[in-house]
Amino acid sequence: MTRYFSSCMTFRPFGWVTLLALTSLTGCQRSAPPVSGLKPTATGTAIVETSGGHQIGVTGTALNDPLVVQVNDDQGTAVTGALVEFHGPAGVNFDPAVVLTDSSGQATTSVTLGSIAERYQLSAVTLSKSRSITLEIVETALGYQQRLGSILADKYCNRCHDPESSPERVSNYDNLAVKPHVFTEGDTLNKMSDADLTSIIVHGGPALDRSALMPPYGNTLSAADVRALIAYMRAVADPPYQPAGTVYALK
Amino acid sequence: MQRIGKILSSAWTALFADPVRAFGVVSLVLLIALAIAPAKEHFGEWHRYQRQYLKLIRNRGDAVSLQRRFQAGIHQIWLPNLGVVDRCTTCHLGLNEAGLGDVHQQPFSKHPAIPHSLDGFGCVICHGGQGAATTVSEAHSSERAGEEPILPARYIESGCGQCHQDQLPGTPQLNLGRSMLRRYGCVHCHAITLPDGNRVVATDHPPSLSHIADKTTREWIFSWLKDPQAYSASTTMPDFKLSDADASDISAYLVSTSTPLPGDTAALDVKPAITADPSSGPSLYGESFCSSCHAVQNAAGNLVGGNLGPELTRIGNKAKPEWLSAWLRNPRTYDATTPMPHYRFTSQQIAILSGYLQSKSDPDYGANVHLDPGTAVQIAHGRKLIVELGCAACHEINGVQKPENFAPELSSIGSKPLAQILFLPGMEHTLSIYIAAKVRQPRAFGTNVKMPQFTVTTAQIDALTTALLALTSRSQSMPDDLRIAETRETNYQPAGHPGKLMTELACLSCHRINGMGGDMAPDLSWEGSAVQQQWLVGFLKNPNTLRPALIRRMPRFNLSDNDNKELTDYILAVYQSPSIDPDFTLPAMNAAETVEHGRQLFYSKYACQACHIVDTKTDKGYIGPTLTQVGSRLTAAWVYAWLRNPQALRPGTIEPNQNLSDDDARALTAFLMSLKGPGGRGAKQ
Repeated sequence: MTRYFSSCMTFRPFGWVTLLALTSLTGCQRSAPPVSGLKPTATGTAIVETSGGHQIGVTGTALNDPLVVQVNDDQGTAVTGALVEFHGPAGVNFDPAVVLTDSSGQATTSVTLGSIAERYQLSAVTLSKSRSITLEIVETALGYQQRLGSILADKYCNRCHDPESSPERVSNYDNLAVKPHVFTEGDTLNKMSDADLTSIIVHGGPALDRSALMPPYGNTLSAADVRALIAYMRAVADPPYQPAGTVYALK
Repeated sequence: MQRIGKILSSAWTALFADPVRAFGVVSLVLLIALAIAPAKEHFGEWHRYQRQYLKLIRNRGDAVSLQRRFQAGIHQIWLPNLGVVDRCTTCHLGLNEAGLGDVHQQPFSKHPAIPHSLDGFGCVICHGGQGAATTVSEAHSSERAGEEPILPARYIESGCGQCHQDQLPGTPQLNLGRSMLRRYGCVHCHAITLPDGNRVVATDHPPSLSHIADKTTREWIFSWLKDPQAYSASTTMPDFKLSDADASDISAYLVSTSTPLPGDTAALDVKPAITADPSSGPSLYGESFCSSCHAVQNAAGNLVGGNLGPELTRIGNKAKPEWLSAWLRNPRTYDATTPMPHYRFTSQQIAILSGYLQSKSDPDYGANVHLDPGTAVQIAHGRKLIVELGCAACHEINGVQKPENFAPELSSIGSKPLAQILFLPGMEHTLSIYIAAKVRQPRAFGTNVKMPQFTVTTAQIDALTTALLALTSRSQSMPDDLRIAETRETNYQPAGHPGKLMTELACLSCHRINGMGGDMAPDLSWEGSAVQQQWLVGFLKNPNTLRPALIRRMPRFNLSDNDNKELTDYILAVYQSPSIDPDFTLPAMNAAETVEHGRQLFYSKYACQACHIVDTKTDKGYIGPTLTQVGSRLTAAWVYAWLRNPQALRPGTIEPNQNLSDDDARALTAFLMSLKGPGGRGAKQ
């Protein structure tokens, strides 16, 4: 042992330099993305979303449905065996993160969103012969307040505000003479201030000279409930809601 | 060696030979030693984060106020009554800054909105981790004895569950997990005592096996034990991964000890020719609303129907025909505590329904199972297995006592020290990962683990893990004023002969009365104040649809006129609300005008037609009950009180409280009470 050690020392500058170089090299290797060991057997020229985009999940938990993307070639036919890598901001987890497309050209992964309530910009990347092709995907994570809002919306609002019907819950949307706004309708709802939304929820439609078919909930829901509802509507708005507030003089 | 000695001695003479120089060297060493502490402080991790934070806020529009609120140094939330010493805010500097909502860079982002103040509760109560630590790794991922790493965000609702034993609207995952602990029968084997001293009680209804041979065959028991989900996808019975021999021996024991019940083999006195019409079975099944409680797999493999009773997809494979007939005649003969109502079917109906259910069978199920009669050795081995596996913790079994404390108690599983846990190789050493893995696949932790395999989804595993993580020792030491007790079922039972009738009809399986019962149908605690006698008699005789959008409905019980009258009188006399004035009357003056005023209020001011139908030609509202004949259904006093404040009469109802004036409420009541329906139609047909 001592002999081995002293022999290392006798190399002196060279020994240390080699050691340093080795450490830095292994360090570099660690920071690189995990090697999946998957070898692509084909490449495509386009990547499209099949399903699983625009989901509304909960912070820190897996989305209900898997994210599925498809790789196509020039003719638009599905490519089997193309390598797809999923990327997302810190905190987002893909299981698995690197996938080979299956016999129908699809790559499937389960997405767990991070712990911050926001819209997550994810991407799926596949390599064509010369360049990489990227598909942008958006998923939304609700925090405590927004999810409370979504639960309240489900109980009190969605029977009218959501046109989707299921056997368990038939929508009342089509029965109404004046159609309510769907909560994802960002084009309309983003223009309304929090104060306006609050007064419509609390005092009913007539408060803003709108239809009386929207009843007042001010004596039924608490102020915190109403705030949660609005937070939920803001979170799911499409196009996204940009809060009016301090304009930061960045840089 | 010699060389090193030489170098050392020459260094010694160079430094300390001259006393003045020696003094200089010693002073220098002392100076450096003194500088180490401030240097360590300066290069400390938290210091770096505070500098980063200052850099982050420097260029923002609200920099001045943010900087004013910033204080350098270690921050601490100290709450002696909760045992909280949290220094997390030393680095997490933006938690309380409303202006930092757009910052997603940790550790500076704003805390999402929650109902509690951070300064009042600290951080570790919900998030876990080491609050007193001042380095990232120690605070977040310590695995040392007595310490715990931070809780993953997916289980964060367990934090709420430490104080809130009641159902919170904003914690669906915790609520699901808690209901699963009861519904999947976890608490039959694992005792859970809540901080208030109450035991968690199971809400499932594992059948007694004392008379099992009346109900089914040994071959079915064998197939069921081998794979319960193959028979019924929705069953909560776990898979014990039994060998063929073991399953055979257990079935031999159960069949050999089963005692016959006199009522179970009574043959029906019905001519089979009557059941010739093939559509009579499905239509009776539909009319009796069996699917409100029982599910059946449809062609696409999806379960359709309720989950209060067992799935009936392959009931023909299981139930013996004579037992099925006896069960349909009166389920309480076989099982006195069943949630299934006694329908009072006629013999002919029983024959039709029993025949229809018998036809629900899968010819392939258990087709290859042929068991020879069990020998005494096999039966004895079957009993040994039943004792070892703890079958009697859930089921009543002849000759085997219900074991006490069969499995480890879970009252403080959320604080189980990591040192007491045997992790699997390669498993991350955290409690949440251990619990989730144990729930997912108990036998992965060793072949001698008794816990069986439950069929649960990933979301259900997360929910169960959340509920278990909430059972911390901290929750037991919470100050009393922070503890919110669960709303427990009362032990209300309707009294007297009508009460016996209500028990037979299993009203409380679906309806809630005085804090006891199911939630499928409306609460009946004040039904006596709400409805009119004539309507109730007609409704019990032939329940018609009040809410068109509902798919779970009240079945018809074929009550005799006497029973019907007794039940109606009891409901009207006993279930009276103290807040409703029984002498309430509407002013008779200008009756027609008041009704017309009420109609205008209904359609214009309050737009009730959004949810209710008064005129089937024009109105389409599909949410609340149809009101076409509300005047012959409800009492005026109830309608008036309901309009004034619906939630006061039925907490949680979605009809908003419109804060009506007394005049408006009276006019609306007058209008609604004028709606007697076309020709006073009470029941269909």
